[in-house]
Amino acid sequence: MWRFLRKRLLQLALVLFLLSVVTFGLMKLAPGDPVLQLLRIDQVVVTQAEEAALRNQLGFDRPLLAQFGDWLLGIVQLDLGTSLLQKRPVWDVLIDRLPTTLLLAAGGLLVTLLLAVPLAFLAARYPGRWPDHLSRLLALVGSSIPSFWMGLLLMYLFAYQLNWLPTMGQGGLSHLILPSLTLGLSMAALYARLLRAGLLESLSQEYIRAARARGLAERRILTKHALRGALLPVITVFGMSTGHVLAGTVVVESLFGWPGLGSMAIEAILQRDFPVIQGYVLLTGTTIVLINMLVDLSYGWLDPRIRYGKGGLS
Amino acid sequence: MNETPLLTTDSPPHRRTIWRLFPRNLLFRSGAALLLLFVLLAVCGPLLVPNDPLTVDMSKRLLPPSFEYPLGTDHLGRCLFARLAEGAQVTLGVSALVIVSVALIGIPFGLIAGTSGGRLDAWMMRLVDGCSALPEFVLAIAIAGFLGPSLSHLLLSIIVIKWISYARVVRSIVLAEREKEYVLAAYVAGTNKWTVMRRHLLPQLLSPICVLAALDVGKVIMLISMFSFLGLGAQPPTPEWGAMLNDGRPYFQTVPALMILPGVAIVLVVIACNLLADGLRDHWDVRSQ
Repeated sequence: MWRFLRKRLLQLALVLFLLSVVTFGLMKLAPGDPVLQLLRIDQVVVTQAEEAALRNQLGFDRPLLAQFGDWLLGIVQLDLGTSLLQKRPVWDVLIDRLPTTLLLAAGGLLVTLLLAVPLAFLAARYPGRWPDHLSRLLALVGSSIPSFWMGLLLMYLFAYQLNWLPTMGQGGLSHLILPSLTLGLSMAALYARLLRAGLLESLSQEYIRAARARGLAERRILTKHALRGALLPVITVFGMSTGHVLAGTVVVESLFGWPGLGSMAIEAILQRDFPVIQGYVLLTGTTIVLINMLVDLSYGWLDPRIRYGKGGLS
Repeated sequence: MNETPLLTTDSPPHRRTIWRLFPRNLLFRSGAALLLLFVLLAVCGPLLVPNDPLTVDMSKRLLPPSFEYPLGTDHLGRCLFARLAEGAQVTLGVSALVIVSVALIGIPFGLIAGTSGGRLDAWMMRLVDGCSALPEFVLAIAIAGFLGPSLSHLLLSIIVIKWISYARVVRSIVLAEREKEYVLAAYVAGTNKWTVMRRHLLPQLLSPICVLAALDVGKVIMLISMFSFLGLGAQPPTPEWGAMLNDGRPYFQTVPALMILPGVAIVLVVIACNLLADGLRDHWDVRSQ
């Protein structure tokens, strides 16, 4: 276990380093001189001397490797620079926006669970009957409808036509419904199918026959014994789809004017606010990488047959 | 690449002729028919309705369908049908470009890594692992953010991520195949490494790569339209379907067609690709390999 953990941590450090190299490299490749851009944003006429002074102050006249070292040192201390437009530290901007996005993600996850879990249990209980077909149809449609279009349709139906819910911005619970629904629907179909497949798979195992032989109720077998085995593929995909969830929040936030990290990123890209883009890329990249590692570690807990280290995963 | 030996090769264990290659199941046929419809739209659409998809005419904005404009006009007075047809060209062309370039990078990479083995293989796979650790979405955001939003930058970031799965699939198949007796026999008979690759290993890759590609086309189309919708992909006035949805956002209440038609187009193309992939998979039963 410890050997496995150490190896994973080393890998983690390597991936994070790679992420920082790519971010730094792309930033250096970006067209336009950042010093001139910085000066242009303030819209003042500058002299050569002032430009050189700023260049020196920002360290842009030093060798690339030294710049990278300085930059990396700053990142490690959570110094992500200052937003060109908002004139405040990027870290503060990110922290301000984070709870809003987390709220949206939680809403989306709740919708996913509320839809996927009952559907999967019904489909696994009655395979080949109508709940199964329904979940299959939903999965095909759900995987083919892009979330932004789904959001537009929901907005059109519930906000414009029926006038039940607000379309834009943030406010009470009613503002959360449509964005969460948009985010959750796109994932629900996938998870329902996965969970169903997992349930059916573990229902065919010996330990389920043993449970049946002991005379346990079918419901209890399904919810207690089969579920644990069925969670493994779901958790795997959940971990792998963190990126998709994040992409989903960007779409939904931009669509519904939800003031979270995603809409911040889009604004920053369109207005070329590099420090904010960099902060977003590093934050989301690190989050995804960390979640993937946690998912890897959770396998052993979910399936006692998996042992880390000797002969098992390594 | 080499066209002839791919299909006519007499490599065991599967001998195929070109017609037996295509599945006859319903999934594949309906997917192919649907996709053909969009190819027709892309090719014949501009002939049927000879309006220019980019000409702005503010006196003709948001018109209902008419003989001249079969689906009406958008908020800048551009023919919606012509834009949808041009959008089909953009979508199909660009996603085909992505898949072909990804296959052209991934297949040789996997072949070389798999056949050579040893240290070269280890280093090549380390490169693959490194690339796959970067989340696709984050990379796309980073590239659009730092290099500027454009369709070509989006394609670049998709290619950088997508070639990995091809390299991995190819390598794993090569690793399994190269131990088999017919490959060994070929080596013993004095065939050189490259000929073995071309005549014996490459044909084995056909079915899994086709399924993977068919699945990926749908994903790539969704990704491109999503980023274009966010303003980070195809830029106006390019009539990409996602970008069209973004352009028309303020006018949905008055003219729902601006919202419905490009969306339906995206969904249908993606469904067609998924059906095609399912049909191919059932036909070849890739999962059991």
